[in-house]
Amino acid sequence: MKYSVYLLLLAALHAAPIVIKNATVLTVTKGTFVGSVVIRDGKIVEMGEKVTEPAGAEIIDASGKYLMPGIIDCHSHIASDAINEGSVSVSSMVGIEDTINPDDIAIYRALAGGVTTANVLHGSANSIGGKTVVMKMRWGKDSRDMIFEGAKPGIKFALGENPKRAGNPGGQRINANAVLRYPATRMGVEDVIREAFNDAKIYQAQWKEYNEKTARGEQLLAPRRDLKLDALVEVLEGKRFVHAHCYRQDEILMLLRVADDYGFKIRTLQHVLEGYKVAKEIAEHGAGASTFSDWWSYKVEAFDAIPYNAAIMVRKGVLVSLNSDSAELMRHLNDEAAKTMKYGGLSETEALSLITINPAKQLDIDKRVGSIEVGKDADLVIFDEHPLSNYAKVEKVFVDGQAYFDRNKDLADRAQREAEKAKLLEKEKQKEKEKRPGAGANPSSLPKKAALDGDGYTAGSSPNSIAHSHRSSVPLGVWHVTPVRRATV
Amino acid sequence: MKLRLMLVVLGAGALWAQQPTALAIHNARIVPVNGPVIAKGTVVVRNGLIESVGPDGNIPADAWVLEGDGLTVYPGLIDSLSTIGLPDEAPPAPGRTGAPPATPATPPPAPASTTPPARGPEDRPSTYSWQRAADMIKTSDRRLEVARAAGFTTAVTFSHKGIFAGQGAVIDLAGDTTGKMVVAENVGQYVTTATGGFGSGYPASLMGVFAYIRQIYLDADHYKKARQMYAAHPAGMERPEYDRALEGVLASPQVLLPATRRIDVDRMIRFANELKIHPVLYGIPEAYRSVDLLKRSGVPVLLSLKWPAKPQETNPDDVDELRALQTRDQAPSAPALLAKNGVKFAFFADGMERRTDLFPAVKRALDAGLSQDDAVRALTLTPAEIYGVADRLGSIEKGKIANLLVTKGDLFQEKTEVKFVIVDGVKYEPVEEPPPARPTLERSNIQ
Repeated sequence: MKYSVYLLLLAALHAAPIVIKNATVLTVTKGTFVGSVVIRDGKIVEMGEKVTEPAGAEIIDASGKYLMPGIIDCHSHIASDAINEGSVSVSSMVGIEDTINPDDIAIYRALAGGVTTANVLHGSANSIGGKTVVMKMRWGKDSRDMIFEGAKPGIKFALGENPKRAGNPGGQRINANAVLRYPATRMGVEDVIREAFNDAKIYQAQWKEYNEKTARGEQLLAPRRDLKLDALVEVLEGKRFVHAHCYRQDEILMLLRVADDYGFKIRTLQHVLEGYKVAKEIAEHGAGASTFSDWWSYKVEAFDAIPYNAAIMVRKGVLVSLNSDSAELMRHLNDEAAKTMKYGGLSETEALSLITINPAKQLDIDKRVGSIEVGKDADLVIFDEHPLSNYAKVEKVFVDGQAYFDRNKDLADRAQREAEKAKLLEKEKQKEKEKRPGAGANPSSLPKKAALDGDGYTAGSSPNSIAHSHRSSVPLGVWHVTPVRRATV
Repeated sequence: MKLRLMLVVLGAGALWAQQPTALAIHNARIVPVNGPVIAKGTVVVRNGLIESVGPDGNIPADAWVLEGDGLTVYPGLIDSLSTIGLPDEAPPAPGRTGAPPATPATPPPAPASTTPPARGPEDRPSTYSWQRAADMIKTSDRRLEVARAAGFTTAVTFSHKGIFAGQGAVIDLAGDTTGKMVVAENVGQYVTTATGGFGSGYPASLMGVFAYIRQIYLDADHYKKARQMYAAHPAGMERPEYDRALEGVLASPQVLLPATRRIDVDRMIRFANELKIHPVLYGIPEAYRSVDLLKRSGVPVLLSLKWPAKPQETNPDDVDELRALQTRDQAPSAPALLAKNGVKFAFFADGMERRTDLFPAVKRALDAGLSQDDAVRALTLTPAEIYGVADRLGSIEKGKIANLLVTKGDLFQEKTEVKFVIVDGVKYEPVEEPPPARPTLERSNIQ
């Protein structure tokens, strides 16, 4: 009796296995086949043209549909209540982890575009920015559950125009008390990075000395912990990946040389629009490149760009990914990948790699995600057509074998959300009337059509949440000021 | 006629001056909060303390007797988070700023200072941790009278400026000198996540604030060890620098942390655990959806009585998000949910200190299922417990400070009158309210 209760409990804890049948499976690393994928306990346990369907499995018939690994965005700024700590040139003491906002609607919208993992970065306001977090798009869960467990942490660096704007978005004083921040040139950016690592090395040596002495039994006061330098020591020790925002070939080479001088690696170059000019050097350093397909000319350093950038870097042996840097672009990274077939002649698999296995490798999470393989996380997307087609729509998205987005369910739930909203608005209106007896309804205060077409999903919005309905003309990592709401990107 | 009125006023003044050392409220209904209601009883007050309370009618011969027929005696209300007594920090008139509920707490930024912007945590930006509200209060704050007229006899007052805004004090809302008002001079550190934004120096973002607070606690830990080592063996050791910011942090027995949304609650509870501090969360319009987190953590909370409302002066065609609408609808249900789940909570007036604002605000929580007893407790004994002064305040018990509220009718009902309050044994009748900061017409014409 007790045993059966235990079994029931177990069954409740472990959701039923799922079999996705008859799909065109784009594994990215193991070829393409028409067949099935079996999911159990959040993992892919079997795949192939014929599989054994476990008893009690939920069967999803994906005839005529396409199954691909969840898309990985190596550069995003969603799901955080803060993006830039722009007050100082080195802000390595701050981290996205402290301000994760699991209620940002952009998470859900990213899922709707097939994204299951994102590298959420600090902005590019300063030469050395804050700590980054790799997240899974587990919409509806609390903030800790958003973190990709075991993914190595990163840090944002930024070169060029943004960090040299002297701490002010427009480069000028924005209020009477503002003091211009060093640096104001590219030379200065290099200097800031070098000085920071000089300090980090001294700090590292202090701790080493302290640890050696205390190991010998000496009673000593520990050095002061410095959160800013802690993060940089982690970079020196290879425990934290550097994701560096850059555009021009000269600054790219500068950073690679600085890293070589101090004995650390640049994990990824972000944006890297002139990467095609120095692809060989990037490959030699072993840095990855995460770029756009065809987004440029939004500022002075972003003009010498070509749509062949990704393809050229691939051919030169660079590990390349395509990223969004935008909550909107994030929703159709599959489109972006497809462009590299037209511009540069990448194969389908190579194009898909740019948004799946390559970013997974860049983030060192490729053992878990990035392709459809037995043993990997069941982070999967069902498209109604080939994902490299402009017409493809995301139908269903799984993270850890759990459905977090279902297009049909979303459409079906809308009426109910709209009804709830209309009810609450009506209730509020009634209360207002009660408060003012005798006062007639004010026609201008009646909720108009917006009551019905507002999106019922929107969770807590915040001044820093980034939920654009249209593609912005400037990447979010690029630092600019809009008069309302967003001042820190 | 005029002359007679003046005589009456003069007479009252004379009586005032001669308040007796003992007072007895006789034949009143008594709600002691720590025990069952006494249907008809007597409370005797002497030298500012409660001398006796009970159903028997023994009145000391020297006591001034106040007939309590038809009246109810409660412990004086405690406003668990206030700036009262700090006239410079008076908030804008109630109803004026209906902050949107689903946005993070954005307290006013620290005042523009003449010093250059901070370059890092070492400059101790927006830090006033050593400042004590007890040292800054003024007897002249008109809000003392306003709050007394609503039944408050005590407030826990904090300066609100800065990230580490300073140490709060429990003060009684009357007294000839500020020293007499103070009940406890350091009951916690008030923390905000305010930043000045771009150009204002470090920290300029919410993550910067978190990093700064974390660094301060690391520094405080280091400082404490350095000072101890130096005190033990000063000879041959480099002298650690005195740091008032860290002294203030180390001296604070608990830390008040802001929370608006569920994510703030989640964040702040984890942060407090990481820093190994005793947190009290304040604000929390989304408490109704944070009950599980609060219950699990055991962290006490201070709930704002300024329930989230539709922001005024916005485009009437703008329609709020579903979550904002839900929060406006359900926020007042939080107290009942918290009470049911055993979460310790107190109310704070948050600009609703006037009786005409306070009672309807508490009534909304009652209408959403909160029991009358729990509501009274959240304004009396619970705040006293949270601030560690339940041995002297918060209930009608022998030996406690004689802070009493006497009403005609049940508390928080619209028609209920505040007849008088007793603060430190002295009786105060509600005074005519000072004029509101803005004419009422203006306040209600935009809906």
